[in-house]
Amino acid sequence: MSRKVLLIEDEPNITEAIRFLLTREGWNVETHAEGGNAVEAILAARPDLVILDVMLPGKSGMDVLRELREHEEMQALPVLMLTARGQSRDREMAEKAGVSRFMTKPFSNTEVLTAVRDLHAQASRT
Amino acid sequence: MSQPGPDEPPLAAPRPSVFLERQSYRRRRLADAARILPFLGAALIAIPLLWPRADTDEGGVSLSSAILYIFICWAALIGVSFLFGLAARRMSSSDEPRAEGERWRP
Amino acid sequence: MATLNVLILVCLAYVVLLFGVAFAADRMAAAGRGRWLRSPRIYTLSLSIYCTAWTFYGAVGNAARSGLEFVTIYLGPTLVMISWWWGLRKLVRVGRSQRVTSIADLISSRYGKSNTLAICVTILAVLGGTPYIALQLQSITLSFSIFAEADPSGLYREGASVFWVAAGLAMFAILFGTRNLDANERHHGVVTAIALESVVKLFALLAVGIFVVWGVAGGVTPMMDRIDASAIGRWDVDTGRWITITFLSAAAFVCLPRMFQVMVVENDDEAHLRTAAWAFPLYLLLMSLFVVPIAVVGLDLLPAGSNPDLFVLTVPLSQGNDWLAMLSFIGGFSSATSMVIVTAMALSTMVSNHLVMPIWLNTRERRSSISGDVRGVVLMARRVSIAAIMALGFFYYRLSGGGAALASIGLVAFAGISQILPALVGGLFWRGATRTGALVGLSVGFSLWVYTLLLPGMGGGVMSASVIENGPFGLGWLRPQALFGLEGLDPMTHTVLWSLSLNALAFCAASLLSFPSPLERLQGAQFVNVFDHSVAPGGWTGSVAQSEDLMIMTQRILGAGPAQDFFQAEADRQGVRGRLPEPTPGFLERLERELSGSVGAATAHAMIGQIVGGSSVSVEDLLAVADESAQLLEYSSRLEAKSAELSRTARKLREANEKLTQISKQKDAFLGQVSHELRTPMTSIRAFSEIMRDTDGLSADETRRYATIIHDEALRLTRLLDDLLDLSVLENGQVNLNMGDATLRAVLDRAVATALAGVERPLRVRRSLPSERIALHTDLDRLGQVFINLISNAQKYCDAADPMLTISAYDVGGQVVIDFVDNGSGVPADAQSMVFEKFARVGFDKAGGAGLGLAICREIMQRLGGEISYLPGQGGAAFRVSLPLAHRQAAQ
Repeated sequence: MSRKVLLIEDEPNITEAIRFLLTREGWNVETHAEGGNAVEAILAARPDLVILDVMLPGKSGMDVLRELREHEEMQALPVLMLTARGQSRDREMAEKAGVSRFMTKPFSNTEVLTAVRDLHAQASRT
Repeated sequence: MSQPGPDEPPLAAPRPSVFLERQSYRRRRLADAARILPFLGAALIAIPLLWPRADTDEGGVSLSSAILYIFICWAALIGVSFLFGLAARRMSSSDEPRAEGERWRP
Repeated sequence: MATLNVLILVCLAYVVLLFGVAFAADRMAAAGRGRWLRSPRIYTLSLSIYCTAWTFYGAVGNAARSGLEFVTIYLGPTLVMISWWWGLRKLVRVGRSQRVTSIADLISSRYGKSNTLAICVTILAVLGGTPYIALQLQSITLSFSIFAEADPSGLYREGASVFWVAAGLAMFAILFGTRNLDANERHHGVVTAIALESVVKLFALLAVGIFVVWGVAGGVTPMMDRIDASAIGRWDVDTGRWITITFLSAAAFVCLPRMFQVMVVENDDEAHLRTAAWAFPLYLLLMSLFVVPIAVVGLDLLPAGSNPDLFVLTVPLSQGNDWLAMLSFIGGFSSATSMVIVTAMALSTMVSNHLVMPIWLNTRERRSSISGDVRGVVLMARRVSIAAIMALGFFYYRLSGGGAALASIGLVAFAGISQILPALVGGLFWRGATRTGALVGLSVGFSLWVYTLLLPGMGGGVMSASVIENGPFGLGWLRPQALFGLEGLDPMTHTVLWSLSLNALAFCAASLLSFPSPLERLQGAQFVNVFDHSVAPGGWTGSVAQSEDLMIMTQRILGAGPAQDFFQAEADRQGVRGRLPEPTPGFLERLERELSGSVGAATAHAMIGQIVGGSSVSVEDLLAVADESAQLLEYSSRLEAKSAELSRTARKLREANEKLTQISKQKDAFLGQVSHELRTPMTSIRAFSEIMRDTDGLSADETRRYATIIHDEALRLTRLLDDLLDLSVLENGQVNLNMGDATLRAVLDRAVATALAGVERPLRVRRSLPSERIALHTDLDRLGQVFINLISNAQKYCDAADPMLTISAYDVGGQVVIDFVDNGSGVPADAQSMVFEKFARVGFDKAGGAGLGLAICREIMQRLGGEISYLPGQGGAAFRVSLPLAHRQAAQ
């Protein structure tokens, strides 16, 4: 069974690092580097999990998430959010927008992997 | 100007005390004497009015006696006034700040 | 027999001596020498202008007619002097602390600076003073005529001599009496001259007396016998007159304008009174010592019917002692001249301050009153007044014919001027005395004096005999000399009794019934309690007053020097340097007092009032204190002001708070940005370093690739930190500019070389070298930094297929303008306003810095005094750098 993750991140180096990690875990990693049409990309890709950066060109990660949750079939989709701003207000906003897990950059690789595993396991159970 | 200006605070007025220093007491009695002096003078000057007039039986007081009386009284008043001036000067030089009014100190 | 010519010569010599003494004294005083000019002796001697020619000649005449009655004229002042401690001392203190210029000024000042009162007192003084001056002229003429009778040449013409005497005296008074305006600057010349004259007249009278007692009568005892044997040899005085004249002379001694002048205005030191208190009575005693002997000898020696008023002259003459007679003449002349001079001075001060100045001020528009030379006007008014008063005296003498009617005028004048007494004494000792009271009292006393004494005394021409006999319209109880049926009294006693008692009664009654103005109450307290506190009357608030206007006015009145000194002293007192003092209430009070020394209290008050805007706040303030409703009003208005102030403060606080919030938001955003920019490379570094640590079996290729990423991201971090530091230094203004000189071309050369070094595909740079020959004086490294940034940006962001950057320079009116235009698509219009903001990035290119470059450029250009801006509509991205060339000249 192929697990698909959509990574929406504008920093190419970070994208590469996460792709490396998740590929080794057996994930099929698709990437998208822009916020403007990110929702369309998710709807089109139908991933099992989304990793979303907050500071995106075109549209902020928060808005992307909010729009995503408006789609009924996307409400249960696990979304792991990454931010480099690290302010507690961002975390609250993200939770309101319906985030599944919120992580602050820089993160440790194990953290990301654990989070992805947990989220996927939860999603599979339901 | 020697007087204090209006916006300087007035000298702290000491609270009047019932008993005065000996010197203050003396000065105040001196001021009393100075007040009495003109009345004494007026009385002395008025006395000749009680003398018998020229048209009475005795023929009145002679002018030379009248002159003597008036001028002696006059000279006496001048003398007392002179002594008072001396005393006032000594008082004021012995304690200048209080000599002005009749301000007293406890 | 001394000829008239010798007499005139001696007279002239004496006058020259007086001029000389007055002149020398003025010079000495001006030079600050001559402490003796201010000694109590001079003060005492100057008081003796009380003894006029009327007393010098008239006392003997009086003694020849009424025996000892004449001493009452001297006993009254003696009583006043020995009561100096509680009487004169207060008067002098008040006069000095209020800088009073005359008796009229004192009364006016006490009763709320009322000019009406001042005018009343002035009129009274002029009415009483003019005949008195005429009397002096008469005495001089009479004494001249004694010598003229004996002179065979018969050259003497009475009218001409009186005229010249009057003119000469006027000139003396003008010369020495109107030198300065300020009442607190003494007229040392005049005072010294009259002190000399006092010595002369005492010496003359004593000489005649000694001659009479020892030369004619042969000693004291024979003299006494001769006195008792004479027609006046018995004690026989009218009780009423004895008391009345003693009282009257005491009152006049205080109230006479000339006495007030020497006693209060010319007083230098209050302590002088202590000496004068016994020395002046002694002077009077000596003056009267030989009066009776001279009278008795005169009655004996001279033929019946000869004028006893001239015994002082005629007795020595009859004995063939011409030189003694001459001395005696000089004595009489001294008495007359000194009295006339001081009276003219005192009256002229009153007339100019209370009649001329108020009228002059009224004829001017508000404000413009200070445009004229007030000082000149006042002095001129005073000089003209002196001349006018002398002229009045002269004409009065000519019109009255110089007869016996004049002889009684002395006491008549005394009775007139004494009408001031209730207002004066009441003002000094009774706080309840009011302006209305003083006005009513004065009016009552004045009219009674005119009706019962002045008019009947002037003869049938003025008041018909029938009126005197039967009263006006046959109303017997209104007979001038038997008012309300009080008959059988001596006219003088009658007048003094009625006028002064009704005057005092009216004064008290009207004072009790009327309510004083706040200013009056304040002045009243100041006068009555002068020894307790010397707080000035007051209350100007200078908020609206213009110091400059005050300065101009003060200069016009006091003269430039004293005014500047006064303002300087005031500025020092206030602690302000190099400018005019603030018009504080205290300053305005002192200024008013200073000015009142020159022009009188009422006028000074009015003048300051004009400048301060007429709002004598003393009155307003006191009303506020006195009147409860006013107090409440003031309180509520103050509350209103307070609440307005509060809401103002609140608004300010709100604004400050908003600003702070905004700043805090900006700071949050900035910190968020910085955090993001730091964490992003950090994330890559951490992720790849963990991958390299934890992953087994990475290929060498992978390892090199990940290490390169780590290295690049570390470099990015370093650049970011450098930029942040640079920006922080620039924004805090801590940067030290390292100024240097170079041409623009050199700077651009270096910048282009640096920016494009090591770039794979450098863009083309088009320049126009000749136009870059502009000399710069600036921080060359910083300017180069800006250029490098712009060139690098073009290199990074220019998206044209064949990227090209055009750099052009112009010298535009004192500043150099350098444009950097590339051929790319440029900055989108909506982002143009943002390019210079921190962390603003154009496009999403990750090639370079954290978006701080242009922000740093903007800061640098501000520090260099120039600016950097985006030029829209140039096709590609276009930046314009402009820099002032202010230092070009210096650089060459």
